Amino acid sequence: MAVLSTREKLAILSDAAKYDASCASSGSKGRDSSKSKGIGSTEGMGICHSYAPDGRCISLLKILLTNFCIYDCAYCINRSSSNVQRARFSIDEVVRLTIEFYKRNYIEGLFLSSGVIRSPDETMAAMVEVARRLREEERYNGYIHLKTIPECAQELIEQAAGYADRLSINIELPTDDGVKRLAPEKKPETIRLSMARFRAKAEEKAEPTLRSRKRQRFAPGGQSTQMIVGADDTNDADILATSARLYGSYRLKRVYYSAFSPIPDASRVLPAMKPPLMREHRLYQADWLMRFYGFGRDEIVSAAPGGMLDLSIDPKLAWALANRGLFPVDVNRASREMLLRVPGLGTKVVGRILDIRRIRRLRIEDMGRLCASVAKVRPFIVADGWTPGALLDGERLQARLTPKPAQLSLF
Amino acid sequence: MRAERKQSPVRYGVELDGETDFAGWRKAARALVLNDVTPDAVDWSAGGDGDLFATSTALPDVPDGAAFTVPREFVDRAQAVICHRDPARFALLYRLLFRLRRQSLLLRVASDADVARLRELEKAVRRDIHKMRAFVRFVKVGEDERYVAWFEPDHHIVERNAPFFARRFAGMRWAILTPRKSVEWNGGELVFGPGAKRSDAPSEDATNELWRTYFRNIFNPARLKVKAMQAEMPKKYWRNLPEASLIPDLIRGAEKAAEEMIEKMPTNPAPHHDAVRTRHWSTPEPEPDASEGADATSIAELRDAASHCRRCPLWKDATQTVFGEGPADARVVFVGEQPGDQEDIAGKPFVGPAGRLFDTVLAEAGVDRSVAYVTNAVKHFKFEPRGKRRIHAKPNTGEVHACRWWLDRELDLIKPDLAVALGATAAQSLLGKAVPVTKMRGNIVTRDDGLRVFVTVHPSYLLRIRDENEKQVERERFTQDMIAVGRLMNAG
Repeated sequence: MAVLSTREKLAILSDAAKYDASCASSGSKGRDSSKSKGIGSTEGMGICHSYAPDGRCISLLKILLTNFCIYDCAYCINRSSSNVQRARFSIDEVVRLTIEFYKRNYIEGLFLSSGVIRSPDETMAAMVEVARRLREEERYNGYIHLKTIPECAQELIEQAAGYADRLSINIELPTDDGVKRLAPEKKPETIRLSMARFRAKAEEKAEPTLRSRKRQRFAPGGQSTQMIVGADDTNDADILATSARLYGSYRLKRVYYSAFSPIPDASRVLPAMKPPLMREHRLYQADWLMRFYGFGRDEIVSAAPGGMLDLSIDPKLAWALANRGLFPVDVNRASREMLLRVPGLGTKVVGRILDIRRIRRLRIEDMGRLCASVAKVRPFIVADGWTPGALLDGERLQARLTPKPAQLSLF
Repeated sequence: MRAERKQSPVRYGVELDGETDFAGWRKAARALVLNDVTPDAVDWSAGGDGDLFATSTALPDVPDGAAFTVPREFVDRAQAVICHRDPARFALLYRLLFRLRRQSLLLRVASDADVARLRELEKAVRRDIHKMRAFVRFVKVGEDERYVAWFEPDHHIVERNAPFFARRFAGMRWAILTPRKSVEWNGGELVFGPGAKRSDAPSEDATNELWRTYFRNIFNPARLKVKAMQAEMPKKYWRNLPEASLIPDLIRGAEKAAEEMIEKMPTNPAPHHDAVRTRHWSTPEPEPDASEGADATSIAELRDAASHCRRCPLWKDATQTVFGEGPADARVVFVGEQPGDQEDIAGKPFVGPAGRLFDTVLAEAGVDRSVAYVTNAVKHFKFEPRGKRRIHAKPNTGEVHACRWWLDRELDLIKPDLAVALGATAAQSLLGKAVPVTKMRGNIVTRDDGLRVFVTVHPSYLLRIRDENEKQVERERFTQDMIAVGRLMNAG
């Protein structure tokens, strides 16, 4: 095999990494290089340094250490039976690329993942070594996200967490049956145990140590996961149940939904179709409603006939239309919980409404200055100078509030 | 800052020392507001672009002892907003200050037109600052590792944003040039200078080609969403981004590339695939024990068999089977209801809050924990997810019945003198029927097989009692129960 240049490897190993949805660089602790005189900082909010024409943010250098892999997961471009070209970075190459990219302000940091070569421990150890060299030898303080391999030794996870901001383990598919069918060598039990151990360790390290009274660094950005949507026939109701379970059980910072995308040299067992992008979008909206808007998964699912979220309207609007009896909501009197359920009112606007209410009453003109689109909100609220009257009951309400499908691709 | 007195009716013109002269604005605004000068009587301008023909009055003196405090929040937000390029920002800020004097909670009225405008300007400045942090691209010049960037901000943000770059790139020597201002970091301090031209900055270095390689390959043509990209990375930034030149071609070729991915027939497995299978996956996974522990001769074997348990659906949502723990020849077996959140994570019984309370009480009662075996009637955690927590859900009769298989085998292997049913579920499992725990508490029931079962409450019951006195009483009763258990053990 011809020797590949760093640039050729970069082409292969970033192409191999692009099916991982996460690129977040947020949620870590604040730190910078003022004292170390190295490079790098994280200040809480992530920064997207570029956007690809797929609309996805490019925040991190997202690459694989190698795309050689002994696993044969049907949905993955790097599965052992795939004919994709293989490459392997040296540890030094990854360190250099990260530093050179960071110094030019292309990126917030590194998201390193890898195919499993030889053994899970050996592969994980190589990833940990990249992180160690960045932190200890390059005095690098930027973001590091490491994808961990569930089967590897617990000590390696702990070392990884000592250097990285975030660790993640992909649950891959929403159900255990799906994993067994499409990723036969992976074990859902091991993935769960791995997430459980991370949570246990993170909670243990959150306590100040007796000697130094300091908290030891343990992946301050927490853990996240990803599941592929549309590679098997799991419906949205079951996907959201899995997310609710993962958030509750393992305190995940995020569950990423990745619309199954066709891959070159795909396996025969998979659907050959465009990725279900709108479905992915609706799942993110539902996930948000569960985490920040007080919606139970059952409530969202109750407005999703057949367990599938409506693709033409967002799940909050779908719930409101299915529960019109609870509206209109009086913005001058309703509770915070109820205001959060009004389509078109976000958490910030609700906070502002509550602030204003302590000082004076709200008129409909006020709502116009608070909301991005008062037209969407109006049918569901009462304010001074406004009642929706028959607007809320009209059969055409859903049609009026459904966005024109021109720019959307509903597959 | 310069102020002149205008003709009557008294008007004031304030010329600030520059576009972001917050100190000057603050000083003038303070003098004006303490003299009750109404906002419509003040003309604000920045550095040289004021109305040259207007005659202005000098600023009035601050009356002795006059003071006025504004919320800290206003000062913070005003410092951001003054970076906006809107010439009306000085007047807006003064109008807000003037109104704040009469209406101290004004900033809380988000729907007020002035407050809404403040928020709008603030948001624009914040976005501009954020985009500068995102889209500045340093180019390396010379062998002495100096990095230079050219950037075109919409607002006057260079000074406000420079410390961010100093914190991030502390170990580098760098400069950022913009049309109105430039800033340089020499490793120790920030030095600001006049504006520059695009041609003053280098435009390419070799690493840009690697970056473009990355950009081209991280893009998934099957997910083309041009609008989403442009919403976050508007075209005005493209001319200074080395990767942006690729965008038109990537968009043009996307549909074809995606079609090709879909249409391309799956090929045969890669040549090395068979070798990988042989090397790594040729030993078949041991099948889960089909006898489900029926022939287990030790607790360890039984535990192993139970780890694959599918006798009821609770395994689906739980992390793992939480099996019993303790010596295989224990004299007493304590049976709880089911593992909780922490037991599910740790894989060990009685390690959560109820388990810790249980340990404390046992120690107080003088029961030797090391000769006791602890387990649960149901060995998977049943729960309802509620945000970031899991709420305990009571196992139903079917689940208790299914899991009795394991408890029976544990008791068969250990052959204890005594079993302690902690709570109703444990009592139901041990006695084969639902029993009223509060009535039966402290009783010993002898089963058909001769095993004596002592019935009491579950320690989690004590944790749920709100009233402190009642809690103490119940805790004491539970301790007495455990002392009774201790006596029974010794008597056995």
